[in-house]
Amino acid sequence: MSKKLKIGIFKFTGCAGCQMEIFRMEEEFLDLLKLFDISYWKMAKRDNNVEDLDIALVEGGISTPWEIEEIKCIRKKTKILVAFGDCAIGGCIPSIRNWIPQMESEDLVYPDPSTICSTKILGIGEYVKLDIILKGCPPHRENIIELIKSAVLKIKPRLRKHPVCVECKFNENICLITTKKLPCMGPVISAGCGAICPTLNRECEGCFGPMSNPNAAALAGIFKNIGLNDAEIKRKFRKYAGMSPEFRLEAGH
Amino acid sequence: MIEKTIKVDYIARVEGQGAINIEITKDGKVKHLEFKIFEPPRFFESFLIGRKYDELMELTSRICGICPVAHQITALRAIENAMGVIPSDQTKDLRKLIAISAHIQSNVLSMYFLSLPDLMGYESIIAMAKGHIDIVKRGLELKKLGNDITEIIGGRSVHPVAMLVDGFSLLPDKNKLQTIKKRLINAKKEAYETVDLFANIGLPDFVRKCEHVAISNPKYYAINEGRFKSSEGLDIDEINYRDYIYEKQKKYSTALHSLIKNRDSFMVGPLPRINLNFDQLSSDAKNAAKNTGVKFPNYNPFISHLARAIELVHDIDESIEIIDRLKLIEEHPNILCKSGFGAAITEAPRGSLYHSYTLDNNGVVKKADIVPPTAHNALNIEKDMKNFVKSIIDESIDDITFKCEMLVRAYDPCISCSAH
Repeated sequence: MSKKLKIGIFKFTGCAGCQMEIFRMEEEFLDLLKLFDISYWKMAKRDNNVEDLDIALVEGGISTPWEIEEIKCIRKKTKILVAFGDCAIGGCIPSIRNWIPQMESEDLVYPDPSTICSTKILGIGEYVKLDIILKGCPPHRENIIELIKSAVLKIKPRLRKHPVCVECKFNENICLITTKKLPCMGPVISAGCGAICPTLNRECEGCFGPMSNPNAAALAGIFKNIGLNDAEIKRKFRKYAGMSPEFRLEAGH
Repeated sequence: MIEKTIKVDYIARVEGQGAINIEITKDGKVKHLEFKIFEPPRFFESFLIGRKYDELMELTSRICGICPVAHQITALRAIENAMGVIPSDQTKDLRKLIAISAHIQSNVLSMYFLSLPDLMGYESIIAMAKGHIDIVKRGLELKKLGNDITEIIGGRSVHPVAMLVDGFSLLPDKNKLQTIKKRLINAKKEAYETVDLFANIGLPDFVRKCEHVAISNPKYYAINEGRFKSSEGLDIDEINYRDYIYEKQKKYSTALHSLIKNRDSFMVGPLPRINLNFDQLSSDAKNAAKNTGVKFPNYNPFISHLARAIELVHDIDESIEIIDRLKLIEEHPNILCKSGFGAAITEAPRGSLYHSYTLDNNGVVKKADIVPPTAHNALNIEKDMKNFVKSIIDESIDDITFKCEMLVRAYDPCISCSAH
């Protein structure tokens, strides 16, 4: 067999949930190690090496000046750079604070904000070129395996571009918007989770971020028709991907 | 003696971004010591303001990828306390079952994946897999069991979705829970093996008496509800938390340091839980603990590993009990939005977790206050480390460095949480 691929797993501003989804591959874990050498993974290894990586999975957004330097450094040493999860793509839930003046946030949390060096939180794609994005909070492990398989085969991974609605049809879920007048984000959100929330009888909250070419304005109109006020609609879009070009208008400037 | 500088720029095998800086003088004194948390803060307490009560479960879940379940339950209970909602016994049972499943997952991760390589002389579990495949497979299986239970109840293991204020969006499948019960019964053997493993592995011998804190209830092993108690006589209701606990900021740490008013730092986590609530453990867990020969209460922070293993035995027993009594009858949450203040303390895998919210008439957050376990522990880790370093001060710089890392990993800090 050809040389094993070298993989690095990195964490920036985030919750480690994406790394936990890697740990979640309990059944596949030992098999995957046959295909890869994990060169860098602080959360799992004491000996780490960041040189000549084939793949870097980067979890977390960028919210400090030194994170900008670090992500540029990782970019230089990596063939395939993956924005691994919603924080790396656009800051995810913590990006809600981007609408609050930074000083105000710091004053609320710290007695002495002078030692805090945070900026707005942005996706890593604001600073470096990305090769692949893996959507989700967290990305589903099947998509991680798809990514890894395609890297071994040297082909493009097949990642979903259609909305959650398609997965609801596969699961034979009844539509929560049309039958129960619930404000479900499914029609504009990327599939990949398996429509977990609608299958469990609650509306999709949008944790996989925007699908390809969504019509957010139309969905906001539907939400208005079923009785949501402007503040409620704004909260819906200003959540997992408020900073994305697809949702920015509905999330409020 | 020579001057020594101990420096770990980025501690491995813990969640999040932390460092260690220690300066030891020529005459063998610890001049300066920092457990430096440099994790970028995310300001949850600022952006939760203006969000609605029914979003808090999913939003605060994102504080932590390892203990999302604990944040979800704590947020839900704080909201229920603010609105005067009392959930049904069934909801409480299901919440306890999912909380325990998250403990199993997290404690197994800590024991097998993050700390065991230290104790067996490997750099990682990946390196360990070559020589000890049976132990690694056992860890993977136990972890999968915890995660599978979380997924059956919550929809997925990382950031589950099914918990609501006063109930669940959908109840779990009865047949799936029965399959889980069989797996739990079989896993008991592996839990005992885990206790044996950590009882005989030669954990470092280091004792520092400090205040141990956990929630406690005379009737059951407290995870989601109980009074906030300590080994030094603290005994308070969760709503009065802020009358007793305060936080200090250190220049080098983005996590605030917790202290008890007019007292000192304190420890939370599996060891304080066992120390304070030993009587409420299942009888098999008590026996497993007694058979190790280790005496409780115990004030060696490295015994935390053994405490996790003993809890694993208890967690399996209590999960089976809950599955046996669950009738799974469909219920309909009934919520009337009203203004108020609510607080809740639960036991996350790493220890006591506090959330409180002030809500307006529409259920919109006016103020949020969150203190995760690792913020509770941060100062205590430094104090332990200072005493620990004194006891090994003649050893080489590499050995002191490695042992200080081991001490941090014994606490199993969740650093992202602490700098939420």
